[in-house]
Amino acid sequence: MLYAAVAAGSFRRYATYRIATASGVFTNTVFGFIIAYTYTALWTARPHLGGYDLPQALTYAWTGQALLAATGLLTGGGMDELQERIRNGDIAVDLHRPADLQLWWLAADLGRAAFQLIGRGLLPMAVGTLAFPSALPASAVTWLLFLVSVALGVVVGFALRYLVALTSFWLLDGAGVSLVAMLLCMFCSGMVLPLNVFPGAFGEVVRLLPWSSMLQVPADVLLGVHDGTGAALALAFQAGWAAVLLAAGRLLQSVATRKVVVQGG
Amino acid sequence: MAEDGARAGAAVRGFGGVAVRIGEGLRAYGLIVAMWVRSTLAYRTSFLLTALGHFAATGLDFLAILLMFSHITALGGFTLPEVAFLYGTSSAALGLADLALGSMDRLGSRVRDGTMDVLLVRPVPVFAQVAADRFALRRLGRITQAALVLGWSLTRVEVAWTPGKVLLVPLMVLCGAVIFAAVFTVGAAFQFVAQDAAEVQNSFTYGGSTLLQYPPTVFAKDLVRGVTFIVPLAFVNWLPALRLLGRDDPLGLPGWVDFLGPVVAALMCGVAGLAWRTGLRNYRSTGS
Repeated sequence: MLYAAVAAGSFRRYATYRIATASGVFTNTVFGFIIAYTYTALWTARPHLGGYDLPQALTYAWTGQALLAATGLLTGGGMDELQERIRNGDIAVDLHRPADLQLWWLAADLGRAAFQLIGRGLLPMAVGTLAFPSALPASAVTWLLFLVSVALGVVVGFALRYLVALTSFWLLDGAGVSLVAMLLCMFCSGMVLPLNVFPGAFGEVVRLLPWSSMLQVPADVLLGVHDGTGAALALAFQAGWAAVLLAAGRLLQSVATRKVVVQGG
Repeated sequence: MAEDGARAGAAVRGFGGVAVRIGEGLRAYGLIVAMWVRSTLAYRTSFLLTALGHFAATGLDFLAILLMFSHITALGGFTLPEVAFLYGTSSAALGLADLALGSMDRLGSRVRDGTMDVLLVRPVPVFAQVAADRFALRRLGRITQAALVLGWSLTRVEVAWTPGKVLLVPLMVLCGAVIFAAVFTVGAAFQFVAQDAAEVQNSFTYGGSTLLQYPPTVFAKDLVRGVTFIVPLAFVNWLPALRLLGRDDPLGLPGWVDFLGPVVAALMCGVAGLAWRTGLRNYRSTGS
């Protein structure tokens, strides 16, 4: 139950900063408005672009703002802390702990995401739904599938950031790699524009990459784009990427820890 | 630059004194910036990657606009070169302000962890220290990208160029940069009180810049009114750009308003100076 305690602690830790949360909600709402207006202009000029009607496109925009903090689409989502520990050597202490490094940070990330989904996601979503036409589903099953999909998206996001953080074992200053990773994430998750608007084969490829699990897939599940088996396939797609990326993280972790030399005594 | 309240009691008085203090502040700012630049260049690969990353990150916004225009020919009645012009001017203005003062949003965490006190005991204007703290050379990436888009748009927009109109473009970017710099400063001053609210200022700086990248016709009139009269971001590029592109202003303001950029920028600096002094005067150390 160690990892549950880590997750709960992480949840409480993020819940402590109420002003930061409030200001985050404010910012997400402001950006939500800006994006919603641009989407309105785009979908008015081209109705049914990418298979969405206008309310669906707007709900997509607000879902993006609601998930932004939780799935760590823009921020490091706490992984910069791990990077810093690798850089300054505190990681040696972590490796001595009777806990698995990856599971420890995964638990912490899940706790963080749970708080940020509630603390930073609900309000912008509510404001967006009140201020603009929306296509939120009425069925409880769809909402439940959406939550599962978000959870899987969080795990995929974590697995990717964990891989990035581990590169600090070799590069020491991980800022550059983190930035490149963040860019890929912003663009390929559908944060910049829904992936079904991306043209041709390029769109096809981007939709198959792991980043789509972090926004495009959960949003499509929420919008009811997939029917019964389609939704199951979407979740399986996310789970598959989560498994592959977590395994890659394990592998890199075992290579990296073999490299660690603890100085002094 | 040297508008810090802590040294208001210094023996210098009058216009000459102010000039000396501004010079002092600028010199300190330059020295601290030079130090951070040297430190940044120590990790050369990382610097190159982050600068490229910033270039690409801001490029993503433009890529989104390009993707939109792969499906449409006009957004809110504006063509791609026109939107690119709005994008370039807004992003360049923000980029300059972000390079000069962008790290000021760390002030809240300095107040929280008590390192703000260290800045107060040094014989250097506090504003210069906070502004230059963690100076991020990588932000040249945003400026470069914005300049490229702006340059491209200038070759494509249909404008009958006159010397006045040519001059209006750099003036817009400069005044815009000053307006954004004032917003950064007010945001930092606000953090003396709020501490954890660094993200609120992102709404007005990065959010504001994103807003200005799109034509005002896309947004609700109330929103346009808000960024004209309350937080006067519309003066960064919307109003002068509408004039330049020969478009009607959705609010129907009188024509001379389009040229108020420098006045608004100066006013904003005044407000920012006041806010900064008030914030600094009300600063209370967290103690330990």
